[in-house]
Amino acid sequence: MAEYPLEVRDLTVAYHRKPVVQSVNLTLPEGQLVGVVGPNGAGKSTMLKAILGLVPAAAGEVRVFGRPYAAQRSLVGYVPQRGSVDWDFPTDALDVVLMGRYGRLGWFRRPGAKDRELAMECLRQVGMADFANRQISQLSGGQQQRVFLARALAQDARLYFMDEPFAGVDAATEKAIVSLLGALKERGKTVVVVHHDLQTVKEYFDWLVLLNMRLIAFGPTEEVFTAENLQKAYGGRLTQFGAGAAAVLAAAKEA
Amino acid sequence: MDWYASLSIIAVGALVAASAGMVGCFLVLRRLALLGDAISHAVLPGIALAFLLTGSRGTLIMVLGAGALGILTTFLVQSLQRAGVQEDAGIGVSFTALFAIGVVLVSLFAGKVDLDLDCVLYGEIAYTPWDTLVVGGINLGPESVWIMGGIFLLVVAVIGAFYKELKICAFDPAMAAAVGINVALVHYLLMGLVSVTTVGAFESVGAILVVAMMIVPAATAYLLTERLGTMLVLAAAQGVVSAVLGYFVARHFDSSIAAAMTTVSGALFTLAFLFAPRTGVVARALAHRGLRQESARGLRV
Repeated sequence: MAEYPLEVRDLTVAYHRKPVVQSVNLTLPEGQLVGVVGPNGAGKSTMLKAILGLVPAAAGEVRVFGRPYAAQRSLVGYVPQRGSVDWDFPTDALDVVLMGRYGRLGWFRRPGAKDRELAMECLRQVGMADFANRQISQLSGGQQQRVFLARALAQDARLYFMDEPFAGVDAATEKAIVSLLGALKERGKTVVVVHHDLQTVKEYFDWLVLLNMRLIAFGPTEEVFTAENLQKAYGGRLTQFGAGAAAVLAAAKEA
Repeated sequence: MDWYASLSIIAVGALVAASAGMVGCFLVLRRLALLGDAISHAVLPGIALAFLLTGSRGTLIMVLGAGALGILTTFLVQSLQRAGVQEDAGIGVSFTALFAIGVVLVSLFAGKVDLDLDCVLYGEIAYTPWDTLVVGGINLGPESVWIMGGIFLLVVAVIGAFYKELKICAFDPAMAAAVGINVALVHYLLMGLVSVTTVGAFESVGAILVVAMMIVPAATAYLLTERLGTMLVLAAAQGVVSAVLGYFVARHFDSSIAAAMTTVSGALFTLAFLFAPRTGVVARALAHRGLRQESARGLRV
């Protein structure tokens, strides 16, 4: 039997009895770039966090490569939202990337020369090698995002989760992230990305998860990214985006 | 006062300040300064109960009693927060209630026991030289120096052994949890260290000033460095300098020793706040002036 990188069965998450994510079922194929798209408050980040066990799920089951997540942590890399940490923390870029190794090291072991080399290589891959010893508060938002991506690379995982990596980054970083996603795909990795920009969805992702509390649709982008599905996910809100959204809808119709 | 007395007081002050300063770094970085404050107060009933139950002022028992209450406080705060109470309100409720219970216990049994409320609140570091540790008839010197020395070594050992866990849990707890680090365990470990340091410092500097010793050196070090390792060393050093200078200030003015040490610590923080190389008020003002002059020149050209 084939082992899927991620299987989610009936995942439900609730805050104070109010469901935020309801009965989501997903099975992701290996080696694909998967976008998670939906309106604000649709539960995209929450679903990700529930899959990773960071918020308690009210119900449901998550399997990573055929086994429960807790047993497969070393196969999973995670890029949290950039705003979730304090960038004034006294540390430098290389040190943050080294944190990607901590899960593999286990208690008491310190990162060694090999881990440092690997961390440097990861910084190089996101174009941040020159900033290795820069204090993290002195990096721009885009550079901080790239440091986070390098840290995920250092985790050396097979399945990656990225929470809004494109949010508020400069053009250079956006390009760096896109080429990194391509490189990860080439190496057969599966990447799940929470995304908010409908205009770039078709360009960036092979598969799409359309979410609005419930799963609206999921599958290959060209099948899922239709005007009908988007209307279902965004409802009236899509028209509020104006001309941009109209263009997206038009593009979706053409597909 | 002879050299022996001065040295033992300075040694205890320095050991308390260095231990508290290092533990405090993690509190400051996790924005838990208030929780340190809470635990330092909430351990009081633990100490009182340990004393009442065993009738002994043995340090190990005190440390255990305080440690248990420290963990209980942490647990209460987390439970309240999970039940929907705001974190700062939860901290405020837990520690004031526990501290009040401690005060009631101490005052109820004050006649029977040699636990003095003033001493608990303000400490009495000046008695240090005369409470000596005698083992097998041999006088080993002030007991507090041995106790705080042991606590200092414990703090260094725990931070050394769990350095990367403490660091990642302070910087990015979500990531730490995702890679399988037991974030709750690390949190309790840190709070355990806070409790142990507090009880060690109780006798010497009291419940109020130990908070200052935890937060002020760490806050000073935070302004002066961009490396966590350096921050720990600087915080310990700031504590030691405060202890030494504070002692002589107290001798000169014949004032409370612990209070003088804390005052010096506050003065050092103020200096760092004003003159820190990059973050200091003066450095920033100069940088802004430089920018203004530059742009003014640019306009003239």
